[in-house]
Amino acid sequence: MLTLAHFLTLGAILFSLSVAGIFLNRKNVIILLMCIELMLLSVNMNFVAFSRFLGNLDGQVFVFFILTVAAAEAAIGLAILVVLFRNRDTINVSELDDLKG
Amino acid sequence: MTLTQILLLIPLLPLAGAIVSGLGRNVVGRNGAHWITIFAVAASCGLSFKILGWHMQGLIGVENLSVYTWMVSDGIKFEIGFLVDHLTSLMMCVVTFVSLMVHIYTIGYMQDDPGYQRFFSYINLFTFAMLMLVMSNNFLQLFFGWEAVGLVSYLLIGFWFKKESAIFANLKAFLVNRVGDFGFLLGIAAVVMAFGSLDYATVFAAAPGKAGDTISIIGGMDWNLMTVICVCLFIGAMGKSAQAPLHVWLPDSMEGPTPISALIHAATMVTAGIFMVARMSPLFELSDAALSFVMLIGAFTALAMGMIGIVQNDIKRVVAYSTLSQLGYMTVALGVSAYSAAIFHLMTHAFFKALLFLGAGSVIIALHHQQDMRYMGGLRRYMPVTWITAWLGTLALIGFPFFSGFYSKDAIIEAVHLSERWGSGVVYWAVVLGVFITALYSFRLLYLAFHGNERFEVVNSDEEHLPDGQVAHAPVESPFVVTMPLVLLAIPSVVIGWYTIEPVLFGGWLDDSIYVLERNDVLAELGHHFHGATAMALHAVQTIPFWMMVAGFAVATLVYQFRPALADMAARRAPGIYRLLEHKYYFDELYQRSFADGSLKLGQGLWNKADAGLIDGWLVNGSAKAVNWLAGRVRRWQTGFLYDYAFAMIVGLIAILGTWVVLR
Amino acid sequence: MDIPIPQTVFYLFSFIMVAAAIMVITVRNPVYAALFLVLTFFSAAAIWLLLEAEFLAIVLVVVYVGAVMVLFLFVVMMLDINLAPLKEGFVSYLPVGIAVALLMAAEMLVVVWTRDRFGPEIYPVPAAAEAGTSNTAALGELLYTNFLLPFEIAGVILLVAIVSAVTLTLRKRSGVRSQSPSHQVRVKRDERVRLVDIASESPDGRSD
Repeated sequence: MLTLAHFLTLGAILFSLSVAGIFLNRKNVIILLMCIELMLLSVNMNFVAFSRFLGNLDGQVFVFFILTVAAAEAAIGLAILVVLFRNRDTINVSELDDLKG
Repeated sequence: MTLTQILLLIPLLPLAGAIVSGLGRNVVGRNGAHWITIFAVAASCGLSFKILGWHMQGLIGVENLSVYTWMVSDGIKFEIGFLVDHLTSLMMCVVTFVSLMVHIYTIGYMQDDPGYQRFFSYINLFTFAMLMLVMSNNFLQLFFGWEAVGLVSYLLIGFWFKKESAIFANLKAFLVNRVGDFGFLLGIAAVVMAFGSLDYATVFAAAPGKAGDTISIIGGMDWNLMTVICVCLFIGAMGKSAQAPLHVWLPDSMEGPTPISALIHAATMVTAGIFMVARMSPLFELSDAALSFVMLIGAFTALAMGMIGIVQNDIKRVVAYSTLSQLGYMTVALGVSAYSAAIFHLMTHAFFKALLFLGAGSVIIALHHQQDMRYMGGLRRYMPVTWITAWLGTLALIGFPFFSGFYSKDAIIEAVHLSERWGSGVVYWAVVLGVFITALYSFRLLYLAFHGNERFEVVNSDEEHLPDGQVAHAPVESPFVVTMPLVLLAIPSVVIGWYTIEPVLFGGWLDDSIYVLERNDVLAELGHHFHGATAMALHAVQTIPFWMMVAGFAVATLVYQFRPALADMAARRAPGIYRLLEHKYYFDELYQRSFADGSLKLGQGLWNKADAGLIDGWLVNGSAKAVNWLAGRVRRWQTGFLYDYAFAMIVGLIAILGTWVVLR
Repeated sequence: MDIPIPQTVFYLFSFIMVAAAIMVITVRNPVYAALFLVLTFFSAAAIWLLLEAEFLAIVLVVVYVGAVMVLFLFVVMMLDINLAPLKEGFVSYLPVGIAVALLMAAEMLVVVWTRDRFGPEIYPVPAAAEAGTSNTAALGELLYTNFLLPFEIAGVILLVAIVSAVTLTLRKRSGVRSQSPSHQVRVKRDERVRLVDIASESPDGRSD
């Protein structure tokens, strides 16, 4: 029998994996963006699971909006990436330390 | 004109004159300035005499008029108003008359000074301030006038502001007066606290009911309320009236032009303290302790300051120390509850001391601003009017019978003799000895300046600055504008005592203004022995003060007329005393070392330790350093790399989650 | 023995999903990573079908797999990336990364599995929806009633994203002929026409 806990566990594993991904691929912005997408997916997974087990569609509406924002974020993030690469000729995060004063 | 309008005109005319001649000095010019200001003072003098005349005819009584309410705060009214009784009208006449004389005299004295209009503006302003002080019917206006005359005094001592000693002197006068004013302000505050009113009439009416009240100042000690108030007020009077130990500013104030020394630092302003205590007699009468304090301070000042006068060489300083000594006499009179005698002496002293100062000024003009008596002598041949008026002034000062000073001073001495106040025995001998001293230094001045050989040399040159002992031209008698005030002042100096002693002291002239407890009323007792002014003068030859005066005269004549060597010998024989007097009892040195240097050191210490060390070093730079250090540590976390920030977020997330897991 | 279909589907796709996610974060080449990401999303869509979120499952496939991932691939392939330095330090970070991930997973699993917080007693398994129920219709009804304003805002956000993506990547190239409408509109007569005074000539060719 599949309970809510199963789905939440799946979301948790997915989230932990994406955290590890951010950690491991700290040099590559593209993979970082992908990991963020994965994180959002794991959150969405929880939303959908709760929506189902609570019998309330609001969770799915939320997922809908998250998808919207995630798409916009991916589009802008990739655009920034392109501009970044055009200006700096690299996407290596360890060379991007302009934030440091 | 109504009475209120007249009373308003009296102080406001000089104020208007001061404003016009001061601010519009280039418009009105030199002649305009002195005509305007003299007219203003003459008019207010005339009106003052008119008020006095009305009082004498009994047309008006005690007039207590509130003119304007400035503000009301918590039930305490801040008003401008006039209290016109016999004391006030007497003071108004003295102030405006002496002021008028000084105005006229100034035309001659300040002739060549570039600050001519400014000077007239200041003395007019002074007249306004002094009138506000004496005419006030409340403590606030009294304080206003008090501070305003102090301000003008400050401005005038430093009138020659390019002279360093003048700047030092006016700063000194200002600071010493601040000490006194602090006490005065505390006294007024205590009055407000105790009575809830600034109005004289209200306070005086309520005062007897508070006679036994006590007040706790520090710790659990209870002080008599009246004593506290009166001592505080008297500290103000000590500053303004230059009583020891706050007297140190007055001799230095002689740095100002001589007319000022005559008007402000002899005749009027310095007597403000005397006037104030007399005005507050309903309060002072309630505190025997405060009166004893007043009397002892006055006696010390009268004797000790007179002795300094003997060794001074500057002609103005001798007169200045004489002023201190005479102020001491007035204070003694206040201390024995002989307020009328103090006011009487104040009046006679105003005339003859103004006369002496103006005479000294006349000498100074003749000798081209030479003030050292060692380079004078024999001037009687050159300036007879000055010489004769100086003699008259001196006779009045030493209290020669029939002269005005005799009546006032003798009344004080007799009052002390009769007084039963604690300490009056010692004080009596101090004031009697003071008569000897007074005669000694007064005749010394006369002899050194006007008699004997000429100790200056006429060189007939046009040099601006000649060495001591040389004058450019032979001294000549001063112009009419200088001698006229001398003559006009000499007349009251001689006769006013004889004319007015009976009404002022024994006729109850001041009864409407001054309140004396019956047990303290030494003047009433004195009045029993009084059989007319002439009889009093004739009786004088049987009294000790008269012979003290004769002794002083004799010693001065012997030493300075016949045996000048004796003075030097005396100085050599008693070097300790001489040095003590020469250094004015080391008051200046003491204040310089303790207060001036002390506050300088304190300031430097505060600057070094507190400001530079603690505030700048620890608080300002220290906090900056702390932030800098902390930021230097924390900055290492700010790598600028995206993943480090992400990692920080993850760590935070884990921490929050972990907390939740542990706690739930 | 009956094979319980939902469980089978769940475990199957969960396994694919976790495996694909692991590949996403470990492969060297971003192109492979993007493809594995597609696989992850696809598996997630399958699991969402199990959860009766049919519309969202389709949207996930269409939007993510169809659009976003293609965008990723485009970018990855467009950029001439030197891959070697991007994987530097991967091994040295591995222990810490695994530790952090395990810690986080352990914490979340503790939350999920202890005290029966999300067990069947509190969250009973709901009955399957009746045949003919349209998840899309229900969601659409909700979006166009209760969530109308957020829905419109979401549209605006997407529009902003489009505009900003365009402005970010737009660049002026030199040496390219183009029209500038604003300049064309603002043109003045003096810039186009020049009037020249020329002396008139008489028929005999002699100037006056």
